[in-house]
Amino acid sequence: MSFFIETLVGGLLAGVMYSLVAIGFVLVFKASGVFNFAQGSMVLCAALTFVTMRDKGIDFWLAAPITLTVMVLIAIAVERVVLRPLVNRPQITLFMATLGVSFVIEGLAQIVMGASVHELDLGIVDTPIEIGGVQVSQFDLVAAGTAGILVVALSIFFNKTRVGIALRAIADDPQAALSIGIRLQTLWQIVWGVAGFVSLVAGLLWGARQGVQFALTLVVLKALPVLIIGGFTSITGAIVGGLIVGAGDSLAEIYLGSLLGGSVSTWFAYVLAVAFLLIRPAGLFGEAPIERI
Amino acid sequence: MSLWKQKRIVSKAVGLAALALSAAVGTSVSAEEAKTQYFPLATFRVGAYASSGIPVWAGEIDYFRYINEVEGGINGIKLVWDECETNWEVEKGVECYERVKAGKNGSPVPIFLPHGDPISKALTEKSVADKIPLVTIAYGRTEAIDGRVFPYSFPVVFSFWSEASSAVNFIAEKVGGKDKLKGLKIATVYHDSPYGKETQVPLAHLAKTYGFEDIQIPVPHPGNEQSAQWAKIRQLKPDWVFLRGWGVMTPVAIKTAAKVGFPVDHIIGGIWSGSEEDVRPAGAVGKGYLAITPFPAGANFEIHQKLKKYILDKGLSDLKDPKSFGSVYYNSGVDEAIVAVEAIRTAQAHFGVRPINGEEAQWGLEHLDLSEKRLAEIGATGLQQPLKLSAKDHEGGGAGKVLQWDGEKWNVVSNGWVKSDRDLLLPLIYERAAAYAREKGITPRDATN
Amino acid sequence: MSTVGTETIEGFSSSREIAQSARDRLRAGSVVVLLAALTAIPLVANDYWLNAVLIPFLIMSLTALGLNLLMGYAGQASLGSGGFMSVGAYATYNLLLRLPELPLPVSLLLGGVISGLVGVIAGLPSLRIKGFYLVASTLATQFLLEWLFNQYGWFSNYSTSSSISAPRLAFLGHDLSSPTGRYLLTLATVVVVTATAVRLVRSQTGRTWMAIRDMDTAASVIGVPVSAGKLKAFFVSSLVIGIAGALWAFAYLGTVDARSFNLDRSFQVMFAIIIGGMGSISGNFLGAAFMIFLPILLDHLGSGVFGGAIDPGQLENFQKALFGALIVWFLIKEPRGLAALLSRAWTQLVSRINR
Repeated sequence: MSFFIETLVGGLLAGVMYSLVAIGFVLVFKASGVFNFAQGSMVLCAALTFVTMRDKGIDFWLAAPITLTVMVLIAIAVERVVLRPLVNRPQITLFMATLGVSFVIEGLAQIVMGASVHELDLGIVDTPIEIGGVQVSQFDLVAAGTAGILVVALSIFFNKTRVGIALRAIADDPQAALSIGIRLQTLWQIVWGVAGFVSLVAGLLWGARQGVQFALTLVVLKALPVLIIGGFTSITGAIVGGLIVGAGDSLAEIYLGSLLGGSVSTWFAYVLAVAFLLIRPAGLFGEAPIERI
Repeated sequence: MSLWKQKRIVSKAVGLAALALSAAVGTSVSAEEAKTQYFPLATFRVGAYASSGIPVWAGEIDYFRYINEVEGGINGIKLVWDECETNWEVEKGVECYERVKAGKNGSPVPIFLPHGDPISKALTEKSVADKIPLVTIAYGRTEAIDGRVFPYSFPVVFSFWSEASSAVNFIAEKVGGKDKLKGLKIATVYHDSPYGKETQVPLAHLAKTYGFEDIQIPVPHPGNEQSAQWAKIRQLKPDWVFLRGWGVMTPVAIKTAAKVGFPVDHIIGGIWSGSEEDVRPAGAVGKGYLAITPFPAGANFEIHQKLKKYILDKGLSDLKDPKSFGSVYYNSGVDEAIVAVEAIRTAQAHFGVRPINGEEAQWGLEHLDLSEKRLAEIGATGLQQPLKLSAKDHEGGGAGKVLQWDGEKWNVVSNGWVKSDRDLLLPLIYERAAAYAREKGITPRDATN
Repeated sequence: MSTVGTETIEGFSSSREIAQSARDRLRAGSVVVLLAALTAIPLVANDYWLNAVLIPFLIMSLTALGLNLLMGYAGQASLGSGGFMSVGAYATYNLLLRLPELPLPVSLLLGGVISGLVGVIAGLPSLRIKGFYLVASTLATQFLLEWLFNQYGWFSNYSTSSSISAPRLAFLGHDLSSPTGRYLLTLATVVVVTATAVRLVRSQTGRTWMAIRDMDTAASVIGVPVSAGKLKAFFVSSLVIGIAGALWAFAYLGTVDARSFNLDRSFQVMFAIIIGGMGSISGNFLGAAFMIFLPILLDHLGSGVFGGAIDPGQLENFQKALFGALIVWFLIKEPRGLAALLSRAWTQLVSRINR
């Protein structure tokens, strides 16, 4: 039983890491209706920028805001140069365009900062601790705490500030929002900037977990089922989806994997996501679009 | 519908590409160049594995430059090379192979190094048709050791089967003899890919022979999340873990092992989990980690002193990060270059001093004899194991050294080269090669000549 | 709500039918000329052109055609193309291996049919899920299939590396393993499948698909068999992609494992049809040319112009960034793809000649 609980807890904590990446997707999707595949390369770019500066001896508290500035600039550039001209195109075209953007970001980031693997030490201890007989990773607990703070901060931002309220107005009814003088493009840029910030946080935590290297871009593949389950438009959904995917993957790998021969977590989350879709086609927390003929 | 347009775009593209080709090849054919040996390099400087590859090409290119600058070429035949980017993808690897296989400016291709397990497999048959030997050091198809069935594939030095067997023998060394292996639990945590599965058969066989328990735990690609696998390890409590990763999987494994409290000095990394690029990102918890490799790290070998004096200090090195000089991957590049150069040298001794083609290099490889004496002349004693190839044995060595990471660098902790049980495994390998020959309708060569 | 491309197909509108027939004759003529030229290519092209450029280009065109039938005509977007290619490849391999008496074309077709049936199963969620969520659900198929062929040795006849390699390719006593043989096999397959697909999209089936694409809720209200139409589209599309996958494995690479058909391949096919033009047959060829030729061209240009002068790693990364930028640029500049671009150029040319 304690093995089951340990696997479950390990999975849930891993799930939080997926949620961190998924939140970036949700923000962009809410504002511009794009599934931004380049989020993975933004995570890489953030971590790489940060770690390159740290390796050069720049202080954490200086490196972080500089990286943030870089990320916000990239995010705004992508929004202006790529997405604005593509407005009103089919969703799949937008999606594929962001895939093209990811080639550009990855290529340029590696031209500037090289392709080597870096260690990223955030100074978080990573020895396991026992809580009620269950072994838990301290690092993962810190990551979960960070995700929690991020979610609270984002919900305050979206529910209490003028920008947040305007954004919700746009998501609800773009025409009406525009007619009362909300400036769409400024808002887009703000949201993309916040997404850049989220990718910095995700990049640092993932980078500390596995080293800063190209494989960071692959975290998007796990963020996708998280989004399908949670819904593309809900931050709460991203968290809940992440927990479901993380726990599901871990338990499936152990219990289903022993039946089927392992590595089931490559597809389990996606199959789970399809199952969720068949029951709730817009995700757990997503809003179903209304069809008019 | 408008296939016409397709024709237009095709002809346009053909024209453009032809233009590009002529620009690429157009560096005039001089009389001097016909006396050089062309040696194409398939590289991957882009993509998920670039960090592992970059030091390898540096080692290779530095050794080639050394041969050219200091020794005046191989018996006076200088090496020329160019690179082709494969992204470590099969399709691009095949494109590179096709691009270079005809040679350059009249100089033939002696040997092709595919640099990638899937690429080497895709080229197995093409290389036979084109008569260009593929040299895959420490990767590639294990059955290709049987050169009677695979005349042009050379998994030289250390196949995956030897890797597994040497790892087991190192454990025996640690526990005090092969008879003490009985009852031990050895878990193999592997990258779930054809490469990762290569060691399942030999390990099952060795487990039966020595009586240890063989546990296999797959990690799905890319391996950036392994909490389930290591929870299982915590539950099964193996005595040793044999880690066969690739790319990001290795540092994540080391970190996750620390999270579940598995002792890192009881994890033995495989060939592709045993470089600085693999342990460094794991940080402090990687201290004590072991790895078995045919490419011992270190910059104190004699050849390194020559390389430093004539190449690095003169600013001719391909290395961007001088820290990597003498790293596992750098040394693997030097190793590969030594084998290639010596095979060409052997072929020259037989066919005459001139640029060697693939068929001749194949002969050179099958008659390659890197004795202790020859290794000492090169300055590679301790870096490269003695190696003698034949038509029946395209591997030749089959031993590895075990390194331990001290937080800064690798140190050799095994008792010299740890030999694999080749006598035990070769019959199995020949059996599999024969099965392959039957499936493909190949008549094995006569190995006596 | 349709989320996929909604441009009308050339010649679909009845008012243009007369002009269309004249254009058709002209086109038929150029198709014949083109086919003759393509058949004659092995006489002049070397191994490199056949093995590394033309064969993958033709197969990618065929794969794009398969996806275009589903996405461009029936409006069902899918990122499972790589998976269906692997089904075709592994099914054909097993047919060739276990039923060696079957002639090669029959094995290829049967491999395609098996892939088509898998496609029908994978298409079931489309009856309930729409748009981008459907794309996400096809990813389940993609990952599941990749895992399946890697996991179970039976599919690869228990080879040590789960990879499959072509048994001897022969038809009517001719050995097709030479580059020319493999090229002609690919060309013949592409011609036959493309011709069949052209007939299909002009038939009742094609009109049903377009009705579903343009407004599936409305189509079902007026009695178009939406569910059957969608599943049929999945079947035909996966069949074509499956045949392409078998060719990719045996006519192009020789030996492959499931990773050759990973998500990146699915992305490549999707790019090919979006850049080439959704709902256009010629667009498949143009898009495939873009995806296959352009990186090779950039590489040749790069090493030819800058080789030696610039660090190779920088150069490669630059090419990658440039390729990405070109993709984005095309998506922005030409919403209807290269097919529409060339169609406009063609119309201008014809009108100039007529004057």
